[in-house]
Amino acid sequence: MEKRIRVLLAKPGLDGHDRGVRVVARALRDAGAEVIYTGLHQTPQQVVDAALQEDADIVGLSILSGAHNTLVPEILELMKAEGMNDVPVLLGGTIPDDDRPGLQAMGVAAVLGPGTSMREVVKLVRELAARRQVEP
Amino acid sequence: MAETLEKFRTLDNDPLKRVYTPADVAAPGAEDQIGMPGEFPFTRGIHAEMYRQKPWIMGMYSGAGSAEETNQRFHYLLSQGQTGFSIALDLPTQMGYDPDDPMSKGEVGKVGVSLASLEDLERLFDGIPFEKVRQIRTTANAIGPLFAAMVIAMARRQGIDPRTINLFIQNDILKEYIARGTYIYPPAPSVKHSVDVIEYCAKNGLRNWTPMSVSGYHIRDSGATPAQELAFCLANTIAYFQEAVRRGVKVDDFAHNVWMFLAGDINFLEEVAKFRCARRVWSNLMRERFGATSSETLALKIFCYTLGGHLTAQQPLNNIARVAIMTLAAVLGGVQTIATSSYDEAFSTPTPEAATIALRTQQIVAHESGVTGTVDALGGSWALEALTNQLEERVLAILEVVEQKGGAAACIESGYFQQALSKAAYQYQCEVDSGERVLVGVNAYQASEEAKIPMYRPNPDGERRQVAAVQALRSRRDNAAVEAALARLEQAARRGNNTMESLIDCADAYATTGDICGTLRGVWGRYRDPAVF
Repeated sequence: MEKRIRVLLAKPGLDGHDRGVRVVARALRDAGAEVIYTGLHQTPQQVVDAALQEDADIVGLSILSGAHNTLVPEILELMKAEGMNDVPVLLGGTIPDDDRPGLQAMGVAAVLGPGTSMREVVKLVRELAARRQVEP
Repeated sequence: MAETLEKFRTLDNDPLKRVYTPADVAAPGAEDQIGMPGEFPFTRGIHAEMYRQKPWIMGMYSGAGSAEETNQRFHYLLSQGQTGFSIALDLPTQMGYDPDDPMSKGEVGKVGVSLASLEDLERLFDGIPFEKVRQIRTTANAIGPLFAAMVIAMARRQGIDPRTINLFIQNDILKEYIARGTYIYPPAPSVKHSVDVIEYCAKNGLRNWTPMSVSGYHIRDSGATPAQELAFCLANTIAYFQEAVRRGVKVDDFAHNVWMFLAGDINFLEEVAKFRCARRVWSNLMRERFGATSSETLALKIFCYTLGGHLTAQQPLNNIARVAIMTLAAVLGGVQTIATSSYDEAFSTPTPEAATIALRTQQIVAHESGVTGTVDALGGSWALEALTNQLEERVLAILEVVEQKGGAAACIESGYFQQALSKAAYQYQCEVDSGERVLVGVNAYQASEEAKIPMYRPNPDGERRQVAAVQALRSRRDNAAVEAALARLEQAARRGNNTMESLIDCADAYATTGDICGTLRGVWGRYRDPAVF
């Protein structure tokens, strides 16, 4: 039997807008993934600890407060320090276009803005997970 | 002829008829439940004259970056004819962290202004003539009591009678656990803390103050249907009012000052029905459950904010049209205050230009559309009255379920509300993804190239300056006085006394938001959400 994809969804920072992340959580679960949701108000360290503990294949972050340029680099740094360079990070929320190239250069696999369909999210997660399994 | 949909349904998944007739609204007693404007059960509006007498209060959302920047914006908006002001607070302030707390990193001044102490409030209101301001509103919830205390401390220092200020605080903590997430302490002590403001205002003659604005808005924005928006909000209201009554505050001594904050969505007829239904359910609830007799208590005052979640990042100028329709629905629904969203709200805090267009939209509806001349002009429409009745049945049924599950706080701790919203939001998104629900510019009529719109960017140096300011304050203030005030606050909280007087002392001593909320966290603990979806 194929291993189920384990996705850790997290809300780093103080932002409490979680409608989007909860909808994504349901969509991924319905698509067969194992979804672990951290809940609100996580520090970067808590997010990375959870990803390690849960042996996540993919990490999805949701930020709508504008704090992404502070929080995302910290999370990526901590993941690197833990040797999790191979775990793709997806970012959802209100991320201005101008900030996207910088975040992607830093290592974010994709930025999913408002209006992204659930189908696109599921497809992307599957592709990233598959790519990870062939690139040991 | 074939119709465009197989089934026409309301947002609550109730049937929507092709055509309504008198038979749809002919139930016994139906006439009494419609009534006349200004009369029980206020379905048709809370005043006989409504907007013929005075237009609704036009309020806008503002506040970002430093206190000085927000102060400049207030001066500008006042000069543009705005009469109500809202102060958006940044997340560290709303969650009781100082700007230099590790939790605040990257969030200071981002979605609103940072209020680290009374000093920031004094800067915010510098030079604002209170006689021109009809209403000051703020999103303070977990720190609602602290914000009120800061305003009282500021007024006392300036020799202004706090009773002459018209303060409107949200102070509805229960909905934070359901939707918006800016809670600090667990639900039970938080309800008591919120009710402290109600009790304080009732006992200190603060007749112009709105000590609480029970909010369906955020619940709706998190995915609720119209019935869930009203029912969850009313369930929270019942929890607060029971606590206030338990303390011996009579319902007719405070409930008239409690407003309801609802979303203004674009689904036109259902929204008009929702505002009418809200007033009817409220007045019946106040009379039957709480024994209210004053018509001021029975008449629900509604603050409406156009639904941000329904604006799109794609083809953002389309949002101007959406907001106009939402505004019209709110006006035909008879609300008392409207705040309109700026078309760029889906991206960021509004730019001044976008905020001005949002205000102009209200002015066009008020002065050009002609709908203000007739009170409840849509009342008596078979479709509208039937939708109002149908929604009322739904709301009462949900309230019954919540009651059986032990009330609002129990439903929060079990995750019942949160899961209901996740389910509704997911359902909605499935309909958008399948194309069954058309969103212009999102899943239909897409543009090949998106127009760039100007973005508001908070000053990148703002966080550093605010950190420096609070650190300077700590070394300048009388720290012994701060410690003493915090010790009194701790004692009040431990004894279960009203915290308002000790909060005022803390604010007056320039204790910081972090000092104060940290003290209360030490007594009440902090809340962790069940993380359900």
